[in-house]
Amino acid sequence: MSNQLEPLADPGLPHHVHRKADTDPKAEKRAERQVSILFLLSTAGTLLFIYSFIWIPTDLFVFLPLFGNINAHNLGIGAGLGFALFFIGAGAVHWAKTLMPDEEVIAQRHEMRSSDEDRASFVATVKAEAGKVQLGRRSMIKRSLGLALGLVGLSPIILLRDLGPLPEQRLLKTTWDTGVRIVTDPGNRPIRPEDLEVGAIAHVLPQIDDPEHRKLSDIAKDAAILIRVRPAELKLSEERMSWTHEGIIAFSKICSHMGCPVALYEQQTKHLLCPCHQSTFDVPTGAKVIFGPAARPLPQLAITVDGEGYLVAAAPFNEPVGPSFWERNI
Amino acid sequence: MITRREKIAGGAANFIDERTGAAKWVKKSLQKVFPDHWSFMLGEIALYSFIILLLSGTFLTFWFVPSQEELVYNGSYLPLNGVKMSAAYESTLNISFDVRGGLLMRQVHHWAALLFLAAMVAHLMRVFFTGAFRKPRELNWIFGVALLTLGIVEGFLGYSLPDDLLSGTGIRIAEAIIQAIPVIGTYLAFFAFGGDFPGELFIPRIYTVHVLLLPGIFLALITVHLMLVWYQKHTQYPGAGRTEKNVVGYPLLPVYMAKAGGFFFIVFGVTVLLGAFASINPIWIFGPYTPTQISAGSQPDWYMGWLDGLVRMAPPLETYLFGYTISWNILIPGLIVPGIIFTGMALYPFIEAWATGDKREHHLLDRPRNAPTRTAIGAMSLTFMIVSLINGGNDLIATHFGLSINQIMWGTRISIIVLPPLAYVITKRVCLSLQRYDRELVLHGRETGRLVMLPHGEYIEVHEPISPEQAHLLTQHQQALPLDAPAIDANGVAPRAGIKAKVRRRLSKAMLGEQIAKPTAEDVKALEGGHH
Repeated sequence: MSNQLEPLADPGLPHHVHRKADTDPKAEKRAERQVSILFLLSTAGTLLFIYSFIWIPTDLFVFLPLFGNINAHNLGIGAGLGFALFFIGAGAVHWAKTLMPDEEVIAQRHEMRSSDEDRASFVATVKAEAGKVQLGRRSMIKRSLGLALGLVGLSPIILLRDLGPLPEQRLLKTTWDTGVRIVTDPGNRPIRPEDLEVGAIAHVLPQIDDPEHRKLSDIAKDAAILIRVRPAELKLSEERMSWTHEGIIAFSKICSHMGCPVALYEQQTKHLLCPCHQSTFDVPTGAKVIFGPAARPLPQLAITVDGEGYLVAAAPFNEPVGPSFWERNI
Repeated sequence: MITRREKIAGGAANFIDERTGAAKWVKKSLQKVFPDHWSFMLGEIALYSFIILLLSGTFLTFWFVPSQEELVYNGSYLPLNGVKMSAAYESTLNISFDVRGGLLMRQVHHWAALLFLAAMVAHLMRVFFTGAFRKPRELNWIFGVALLTLGIVEGFLGYSLPDDLLSGTGIRIAEAIIQAIPVIGTYLAFFAFGGDFPGELFIPRIYTVHVLLLPGIFLALITVHLMLVWYQKHTQYPGAGRTEKNVVGYPLLPVYMAKAGGFFFIVFGVTVLLGAFASINPIWIFGPYTPTQISAGSQPDWYMGWLDGLVRMAPPLETYLFGYTISWNILIPGLIVPGIIFTGMALYPFIEAWATGDKREHHLLDRPRNAPTRTAIGAMSLTFMIVSLINGGNDLIATHFGLSINQIMWGTRISIIVLPPLAYVITKRVCLSLQRYDRELVLHGRETGRLVMLPHGEYIEVHEPISPEQAHLLTQHQQALPLDAPAIDANGVAPRAGIKAKVRRRLSKAMLGEQIAKPTAEDVKALEGGHH
């Protein structure tokens, strides 16, 4: 395939140039001394490490320009150990470069491929051995062995079945239900509409009997936000409008993209922003996606007030919260 | 006269040899020749940081508690007193504040992980751009791609273990990616997490994978990787005295051993110094994970940044069909594009060999300019990765440079389509220019910068011939031609070629079609006749 152009003549390995330490005994001595000094610096490093480990208090902080306030214990043992290791390496490399023989040597390569005879005899051997056990003839054994191996290969998959439960309806449901009170997160305090000024945002969870032992798996689906705007600013369908209360609108806080909490609210633009991938949701239009990779609005929670004047969910979420999944039916 | 020391050493050697017959093999091995070049140290850095990871990681396991059991912190880091957290997070705080040397080892472990991945990527680029992956080293290339892929997974699992707010958010995103897989995604997610996210099983599970399963696979792959390097002998850069049939360098004992061993200590030392001076992953600032909290500017480690950047710039696309949902906005950047990139990378040596029809062994490395298309493909891929990585930090770039996130996002969305092809074209042109420059050098020599006025008033710049060593280096490469087109028959009709043959010819032309002919001895002679 090549167009067979020959390179210009190869003059061979360049002439070896002696180093100073090879010819000058003084330079040799100097190099030897330098290597020793490097190794001794390593020793000093280890001593610093031991001293720091034992005698520097772990809660002492020192100020280093450029690095700021830095833990003195960590700095002492780290610098000590770091230099101890580094100078062993520096010494060894310096030794190799100045004093060890530096003449390049040439070794020959051999093609990876085995010789034709070896390959032929390999094939012959395999064929002969296969012939002895009559592999070609015992097709029943071969087939049944294949079946057995294939089936036994299934067992690890079966064994792993109890890694987790089947999803069933778990992704579809949250703790929110008709009449469940909305409480602050953190704090677990019920909220009245008048607690929220126009422009305010509240991070909330559904009220449960034992808030001290709320499961993270529940929080990961239940987390919601309340935002209060002027009712006139809401541009919602009549049905969605009825899900709000005096300009207070509630959304799932779990991003419809990948499940991060949508926790950043810009009061002036009325945008909710997810810090993970910058999906931006427009609150007045029902958390419609106006930027970023999210494909769906945040699910809206219908809210109202109960007899005592506290905010409650008027109904469960009417769609699954959080990121999409295969079985999600809009 | 045998000294006492020789006697002891001889006795020990005798003991081993009589039981293993090692003397013959060891003698040969100690004389093994290793070529020397700074770029061959990149793979070494990866190997050494892996050893550092094993050592520092083992230290951390003595105190780390891989459990998501919830407890209330009451320890020496006062700002978090009374805060609910998992046992994993609490034990990471304890390692950082109460175990002497614990913070250092945590930081060394994290720095070494970043270095491990960085060294692997740098090593990969060296191997790619010099064509070191060519026959007979394709298998080692594939082991390398496997190591890099697993390295990314291992790193991600590692920084997820402390169960802090930042890493928990990363796990949440990983869960969403798993969940987005069509048909089986929801089941896979439930199996991985033992139920709903986050559950209480994930940290203990990834702990076993992180400290046992993956390191075991790493050890096996690294062993095979190194055995092949040993057996096939290292590649070398071209130059005077170096051929496809020899290997020029230093013997294992003592020079290579001293240099490589010394270099291990240097890498270890530098990593520990980083751990001493440069704070990394201060999980006590992030706080424990809870699904309802997050901080602005959340970033993964750098080797995951490109993936996050792709996810961020993805268009908001979902398909709803017969009551099922397909999330293209997650699938494309999270699985499909990375899948194509890593599969393409693994197969590249075979694709190139197929396109060039090159079945020979190669032990001399290519100078990147002499393989313009390969170099251009590399530059194109790198550009793609860098644009993605930049978008992975778009929020930080926005705040640091006072830009709007929307501008950056649109900038990278357009850039990721426009810039890689541009990088391809520019790189290829630069390579060809460099080839032209090499040709000039060989034919006309080096510019000396000395201007001379000739008697009749003309100014010329004096050129000086280059050394025979350099002339050989600049002309030693093979210039293969593209695969021949099938001959046209008497009626002027080309034989019908299958689609495979057509693709192959196209690729071959792209690979080899454009080259600047290297000068031959005849060219040089002809010019010399004219000059003197």
